[in-house]
Amino acid sequence: MRVKIDCEMIKTDLLIVGGGVAGMQAAISAKETEPNVSVLVVEKADTRRSGMGSTGNDHFFCYLPEYHGEDFEAAVADAQATMEGMMQDLKLFKKLLWRSREIVEKWEGYGIPMRPYGNDFLFEGHTMPGKKMFFAKYDGQNQKKILTKVALQNSVKIRNHITIHEILTDETGKAIGAVGIDASKLKPKQIIIQAKAIILTIGSSTRMYPSSNPAYLCNINECPANVAGAVIAYRAGARLVNYDSIGCHAGPRYFERSGKATWIGIVSDMNGKPVGPFVKKASRKLGDPMADIWPGVFRTMLQNGSGPAFMDCTSLSEEDMQHMQHCFVTEGLTSVNDYCEQRGIDLRKSMIEFGSYALQPGMGGIDIDEFGRTTVKGLYAAGSICGNVRGSIAGASVFGMISGEHAVQYCKTVEEKDVAGNERIPQTKELYENLLSREEGAHWKEVNSSLQNIMKDYAGEVRSETLFKAGLHYLKELRTLAYAELKAENSHELTRSLEVLNLLDLAEVTILAGDYRKDNRGIHHNRIDYPFANPLLDGCLETIEKTAEGVKIEFRPEVRA
Amino acid sequence: MPPIIQREQCAVCGLCVEICPMNVLEKDKDKIIVKYPEECWHCRACAIDCPRQAIRMRYPLSHLLLHYEVEKDGVKK
Repeated sequence: MRVKIDCEMIKTDLLIVGGGVAGMQAAISAKETEPNVSVLVVEKADTRRSGMGSTGNDHFFCYLPEYHGEDFEAAVADAQATMEGMMQDLKLFKKLLWRSREIVEKWEGYGIPMRPYGNDFLFEGHTMPGKKMFFAKYDGQNQKKILTKVALQNSVKIRNHITIHEILTDETGKAIGAVGIDASKLKPKQIIIQAKAIILTIGSSTRMYPSSNPAYLCNINECPANVAGAVIAYRAGARLVNYDSIGCHAGPRYFERSGKATWIGIVSDMNGKPVGPFVKKASRKLGDPMADIWPGVFRTMLQNGSGPAFMDCTSLSEEDMQHMQHCFVTEGLTSVNDYCEQRGIDLRKSMIEFGSYALQPGMGGIDIDEFGRTTVKGLYAAGSICGNVRGSIAGASVFGMISGEHAVQYCKTVEEKDVAGNERIPQTKELYENLLSREEGAHWKEVNSSLQNIMKDYAGEVRSETLFKAGLHYLKELRTLAYAELKAENSHELTRSLEVLNLLDLAEVTILAGDYRKDNRGIHHNRIDYPFANPLLDGCLETIEKTAEGVKIEFRPEVRA
Repeated sequence: MPPIIQREQCAVCGLCVEICPMNVLEKDKDKIIVKYPEECWHCRACAIDCPRQAIRMRYPLSHLLLHYEVEKDGVKK
């Protein structure tokens, strides 16, 4: 029997897709700038506990002149040395650093403890020995609840349990709305939103490559609800960047949890000997940066037989041990404490094996400018969905603020545009109803699992033209089969199915982008058929976009000023 | 499977259903059910926020925190 779903039409001036840290800060900053512009946040889960900062974060990247000196350019150079500064636009990195102080002050005003350990800011973690520290140790365990409260106080409207699946554009290519589903009830509803401007803040993409635990597709180190958001912008015409390279995080091997910088210990071999040269005795001021510098070390040591490798916290002072365990709470890693307590593991006595996690196009994302604008008019992006600036929670909040401020001004310059006749509305409704109507068919996990295998084998650690060619071929077949056979019982399964369909499109982008880069970038892009790095491509970022003439891929110089 | 609802303590307020980032839980008439346990990523939002501490986590054996006890397991330092 054909399942029919209801539609709901919503109008707003500014639509923010995703209620993580970037989305909530964008909403608050938009309202602080222009209280009379209507702002709606739609969130797949619930803004109080969603996104990468859902249950916490304990380190905030920032420049505070009283700690780092008045010489901003010198601070930029120091800051680049302490965090992953590669493959992003220096201009945006500088803007992030320059405005990070505003967020620190705003968040303190909102009630997020930015200096929970005394009157002074405390800087720890993610740092090489002897270098200046830029990560302020804060307590983010309730940051999402606080940001939600502040947003509501500023008359931001929030709709939870809505997944956006498509951006609507007009005949000129301008973003004018979005379409998706409301999954708050068992039976989904199609949601159509008409907006003058849209900010996409739906995170990086997980679940494209297999994790260490195939039985649990969602047991991954980052929030597994973040799936292929950037491809929504790509389909609407936005330029993406850095999809030619892959990376990985590291942490407790099968337990899969990010937050390695909260661990204070030495990366050690089986005999407790340090693997790296930097730190011999760890303390809260300086943990071992090995896992930061080379998160693939754990995979390499398994593969070459010298492993396994461990996080060894057994020589910490009692004070530092208690500090670390407290920071597991503020960072949102309470499951580590909980597991150790349940199973009687004492980190004072036991080394924890670490693993290199699933590959991911972690540096890939939407290409934005200094105001958070994408290349599609009316469409902005902020947070880890962006590919040319990083900075974790700080990056998300600063560019959330910037995009919110700018988008709300843009809203005042454009007229509302009726989306009712947009052809994507009936097309997407038909897709949703097709999936819901099938009496037999493929579960989303079948497609996700198959996709992960293809990406691992044909666009993974070893890369070449023939592998990419075969991978693309298999991916296209899987895509055709998925559209023909995917079946969803209810709104939850429909959400997951749409995620997987988006993931298929983003996987195709990843293969096309990887194939185009005909040089070798080590573990990030191990092109066997081009075994050296082309110096002419140093300082360049690879971009990919859909145009009327087809897919356009090219290198552009990093934007430095 | 991951979250365990301790029925005797649960007031079926539904907060856990609302806030779970993966929408793993469902409210079914007069009880909370763990509908999609295999999609849980053990963030523990449900357990942290439950006003009656009615939720605990069970960690599947597939999620082992692999470890070596330095003295007992004979790590040669």
